[in-house]
Amino acid sequence: MSIQTASIQTSDKPLGRDDLARLVARDIKPGSFVNLGIGQPTLVSNYLQPEQNITLHTENGMLGMGPEATGDQIDGDLINAGKIPVTELPGASYFHHADSFAIMRGGHLDICVLGAFQVSATGDLANWHTGAPDAIPAVGGAMDLATGAKDVFVMMTLLTRDGASKIVEACTYPLTGVGCVTRVYTDKAVFLTGPDGVQVRETFGCTLEELQALVPVALTAAPAVER
Amino acid sequence: MLNFIDTVGEAVAGIKDGSTVMIGGFGNAGQPFELIDALLDGGATDLTVVNNNAGQGDQGLALLIKEGRVRKMICSFPRQSDSWHFDAMYKAGQIELELVPQGNLAERIRAAGAGIGGFFTPTGYGTMLAEGKETRIIDGRGQVFETPIHADVALIKALKADGVGNLVYRKTARNFGPIMAAAAKHTIAQVSEIVPTGGLDPENVVTPGIYVNSIVKVA
Repeated sequence: MSIQTASIQTSDKPLGRDDLARLVARDIKPGSFVNLGIGQPTLVSNYLQPEQNITLHTENGMLGMGPEATGDQIDGDLINAGKIPVTELPGASYFHHADSFAIMRGGHLDICVLGAFQVSATGDLANWHTGAPDAIPAVGGAMDLATGAKDVFVMMTLLTRDGASKIVEACTYPLTGVGCVTRVYTDKAVFLTGPDGVQVRETFGCTLEELQALVPVALTAAPAVER
Repeated sequence: MLNFIDTVGEAVAGIKDGSTVMIGGFGNAGQPFELIDALLDGGATDLTVVNNNAGQGDQGLALLIKEGRVRKMICSFPRQSDSWHFDAMYKAGQIELELVPQGNLAERIRAAGAGIGGFFTPTGYGTMLAEGKETRIIDGRGQVFETPIHADVALIKALKADGVGNLVYRKTARNFGPIMAAAAKHTIAQVSEIVPTGGLDPENVVTPGIYVNSIVKVA
């Protein structure tokens, strides 16, 4: 066991946000159509390589989104889902909102990358609402992305500020989608979620045993083929 | 019947108290600020407003909300860093909120324009936004029944109109414009330019003029 667990530790320290974004970017298959959620997932775009030929979708009606706009490029009519000015790449297309969500909901996106409050052992996602009585709920496109993309990757820190695991047996926050998450990228490990329970593809700065002590869900090392 | 109208004030003059008004735009892109300002000046109140957001900053829809003219918001993402007018009204219990996942919002608007009585979708299944709604298992997936959203009036922004009301938009400012134009009984479009009929390539028309009732040019 110790030999096996040592073999999945790929970094001697936890990954920072940019290293994690670089890893997610590397894992996206060439030619994929991808939607990056607001916040941490947006960082992934900084590490996509031209030879990967990735097409980015933004929910407000565009395929072929380019990097954030700067200076003279800023155009109020060209923004992303986070309402940040962006640019268009050659081959870009614009479409109305129902078509844009048909792209998500119709299963045409290969991958979406989302942030999360919690992910359950069976891949349930909670990322839109804390459920606090005085919170104003806002859902945006999160539920559509969670249920529509072929693969749903989550990027988050493994632990809350209070040290609680965000990978949980069952979500206590209101759900965004049921059984939709396929992978979870965290600062301490990459998890694969699915019918076989939670598997660990690799760890960063900890062993599988040390990771298990933090996460209240049974973990197994993923088969080598998944790594 | 298509009318070309000289001022935004005249364009919105027919909007009555208690109307359901769709307002295009995602954030500020595609938001018809001049038409909203005219609606603010015109005095119609007790409105139900359909928009992706619930206003931002101190302009447009945010001011309509601040002035207490909106009884109910139907939207997907009301809470933003600068949605203070909505936040205050909501916390004071002075505005009703129907929160709709964005894809359901778009598809419910599209359904209204297409004469569809409702549809099943996996979006929202198993979440609190599906509570109380009819569900079915279709093709092995839990799905939720959603109904169309109709409106009395749509206020939208496009780049150009021609003489028969065909519209083209600009970049991501297109967003909800085409589906709202089809869903409302009366669609008012503010445009930056009016070109002669024949001045738009028919292959590139995005909203056919049949969906448009009033056009007003805004500088």
